[in-house]
Amino acid sequence: MNNSLYIYLLLLGDNSLILGHRLSELCGHGPNLETDIALTNHSLDLYGQVRSYYQYAAEVKGEGTEDSIAFLRNERQYYNVLLIEQPNSDFAHVICRQFLWDAYHLPLMRSLMKSKDDQISAIATKSEKEASYHLRFSSEWMRRLGDGTEESHAKLQAAFDHLYPYSFELFKETEIEKEMKENGIGANLSLIQTEWKKTTESVFEEANLKLPDTPPALTKGKQGIHTEAMGFILAELQYMQRAYPTMEW
Amino acid sequence: MINISNISPEIEDILQTVYDPEIPVLTVLDMGIMRRVEQEGKKVTLNISPTYSGCPAMDMIADDLKKAFSEKGFEAEVKLVLSPAWTTDQISEEGKRKMREYGIASPLDPTADKDALRGESKKVKCTQCGSMNTLVVSQFGSTACKALFKCKDCLEPFDYFKCLR
Repeated sequence: MNNSLYIYLLLLGDNSLILGHRLSELCGHGPNLETDIALTNHSLDLYGQVRSYYQYAAEVKGEGTEDSIAFLRNERQYYNVLLIEQPNSDFAHVICRQFLWDAYHLPLMRSLMKSKDDQISAIATKSEKEASYHLRFSSEWMRRLGDGTEESHAKLQAAFDHLYPYSFELFKETEIEKEMKENGIGANLSLIQTEWKKTTESVFEEANLKLPDTPPALTKGKQGIHTEAMGFILAELQYMQRAYPTMEW
Repeated sequence: MINISNISPEIEDILQTVYDPEIPVLTVLDMGIMRRVEQEGKKVTLNISPTYSGCPAMDMIADDLKKAFSEKGFEAEVKLVLSPAWTTDQISEEGKRKMREYGIASPLDPTADKDALRGESKKVKCTQCGSMNTLVVSQFGSTACKALFKCKDCLEPFDYFKCLR
């Protein structure tokens, strides 16, 4: 089995799973009907993507299924970035987290469309269009909140102060990512970062956001070291499979 | 790329009985999601492509296909293929017409689609009264593939099938 490829697929898939879960928590709780539907649509797209990654990961590993990968790993075996697992504290946090991620996800998918691995390239081609819809949605909301009322601006700035330091982890290359980049399967994160900066800087400016002067957060999500939030996510996400092993819907 | 021109009339008849559960006037052939059909006697292998990654209709379509084939004495295996990615161009003209009659505005070309979804120009025609005086309510609608619009003349809400290309 190609262990590096397996881990790389988890690095890609786990972000989609955990963000998809975070957004699914909003189902029925969105600030209005349209936003509620939009965010659960995002969640559905992400779940679709993660199924493709995990199905392929199970094939690469030669054991398990998409379900066992999603539901039966322990906290330290998930490699999502810490930005993704931050809670839905308020709508500004939801939008800010989404935007910081979307601006990374879209160029990542565009880069992976050229992957030497046919399956990764196919998943990325499918996801790229979805990612572009997501980025359009979140950047519009960033502008609307940031350039809106005094209150909406203050809430967005607070969310930004909290979340921005986590964004550096997206571009911190792990050994596996380095290996995958070198063999033409994975993306070059420094190129993705250039794209990310281009997209985000103009939106930050239009949303009148001030960059926080806090240093980058200590982030080891990609190595499986998570924040407190992750345990709560898994407790809910895995409950059914842990309580009733092998149950099917 | 898409290799379904060689299917026998018998197979085609069966495929014409399987509908998209989200848009129940369109068959899998109208939707253009059938990618390959291979037949060996009473065994058929069907490749289908999802519209959006998370489309929850795919599992149901796969089950419906298996059922429709088994009722006619066939054994069907359904495979989900991602590449080449499905685009809205693969919806047949007949399919687009049926879609509009059902009340869903059919997809525009990518540039017009972008303008319409950003609310920059009025390009989506109301499926109820035909007015062009329509407004995008939300870029995300009742399913992943649709956006929500409203007609400012007849005041009816309606879905628009987003362009994917």
